[in-house]
Amino acid sequence: MRTYVPSYQLVSPANLSEALDVLSQDNGRWKPFAGGTDLMVLLEAGKLPHKNYVNIWNLKELRGIEVTGNQVTLGALTTYTEVQEHPILQEEFPMLCKAARETGGIAIQNRGTLGGNIVNASPAADSPPALLAYDAELELVSKTGARRIPYAKFHRGYKQMDIRPDELLRAIRLPRAPSAFPHYYRKVGTRKAQAISKICFAAVASLEADRINHIRIALGSVAPIPLRCFQTEAALHNQPIDDQTIANTTRILAGEVSPIDDLRSTKDYRLQVSLNLLKDFLLHLKQ
Amino acid sequence: MSGKIDINCTVNGQSRKLNVYPMERLLDVLRDQLHLTGTKEGCGEGECGACTVIIDGRIVNSCLVPVAQIEGASIKTIEGIATSETQLHAVQQAFIEHGGAQCGICTPGMIMAAVNLLEKVPNPSEADIRNGLAGNLCRCTGYMKIFESVVRASQR
Repeated sequence: MRTYVPSYQLVSPANLSEALDVLSQDNGRWKPFAGGTDLMVLLEAGKLPHKNYVNIWNLKELRGIEVTGNQVTLGALTTYTEVQEHPILQEEFPMLCKAARETGGIAIQNRGTLGGNIVNASPAADSPPALLAYDAELELVSKTGARRIPYAKFHRGYKQMDIRPDELLRAIRLPRAPSAFPHYYRKVGTRKAQAISKICFAAVASLEADRINHIRIALGSVAPIPLRCFQTEAALHNQPIDDQTIANTTRILAGEVSPIDDLRSTKDYRLQVSLNLLKDFLLHLKQ
Repeated sequence: MSGKIDINCTVNGQSRKLNVYPMERLLDVLRDQLHLTGTKEGCGEGECGACTVIIDGRIVNSCLVPVAQIEGASIKTIEGIATSETQLHAVQQAFIEHGGAQCGICTPGMIMAAVNLLEKVPNPSEADIRNGLAGNLCRCTGYMKIFESVVRASQR
């Protein structure tokens, strides 16, 4: 350990209401701590600057997957393992299950949470592209009430989010959609297990009378935030899948992403693979 | 600064009361306070699986679990896997017979992951075993013998 552990606080409230009380104190003094798969890595490395945490791991108000006629509500503490084990998610939200299966190994999947993946706000996270393509909505709670926002509006810049220090992500809601849509999810990394993505691509669409409809595309690791590609979607809407559409929309996607060189990949590789994946998705949709 | 807290949990079937700093890693508490040094530290960042233990029936990396989160939990470590004082677990026995251990650092984690896999999937396919052990790295790279040990254990 490269860290002096007694300098860290981790308080364990008995329920959600008590946790929100703590988070409302001293504007930003306390931060939530869930499965620890990101924060403990920083702690061990001596790079966890914040000192005071609220342990939310045992709060049952943040757990469970609830299915109603038109939506699925996932508690923020839903683990990757729980995502993979759920029959409705397997059937209707296969990209989310695939993202969960490709995040870390089983030991990580047993502890890592969807809520943590969202608020940790890594642009390379695996589940956000799937959640964006499924039009997820977030439910945030605080001592003063609850609010809902579209997930596509949550990330505002690198590690910048529409969440106040006194708020907690309580749940993620997914609208249930016809499952006949093709669901296309590809994570490109150095190996199958444990790797952090170089590029992550999630898309759904339908083809009606040979024209593209209901298209939603999102990418990871190509921008400072998990990116919903609204411009590319608009350019594809109501178009046939032909060479001209592919040429036109790969040009638009190239302008919409802003990949960088870093230790995992290069700007050029990320751009090229993003365009390749869009083409592959469109050809897959046409089949 | 934080003070120490009391944590009640079960380790290898025994009730334990711990007096710990809340952010201490479960790995360090197991090794330094309970002297269960079978659980190893490899990378300390959840990549290698050497510190794998089972909490409430699921494998975790004990280097990534702050001890405050194990209140009321049941933990199983490599020391609690053998069937009895004289009888090893089938996975342990298979690792011995088929050369599943080389330097030994990854072995406890490999065995915990394999034991947990066989509890959930008694007759695993090749893909099940590969997926079940995907979070455990062996730097001697003796993967084929580890793989074979798990196959043999599943046939017992």
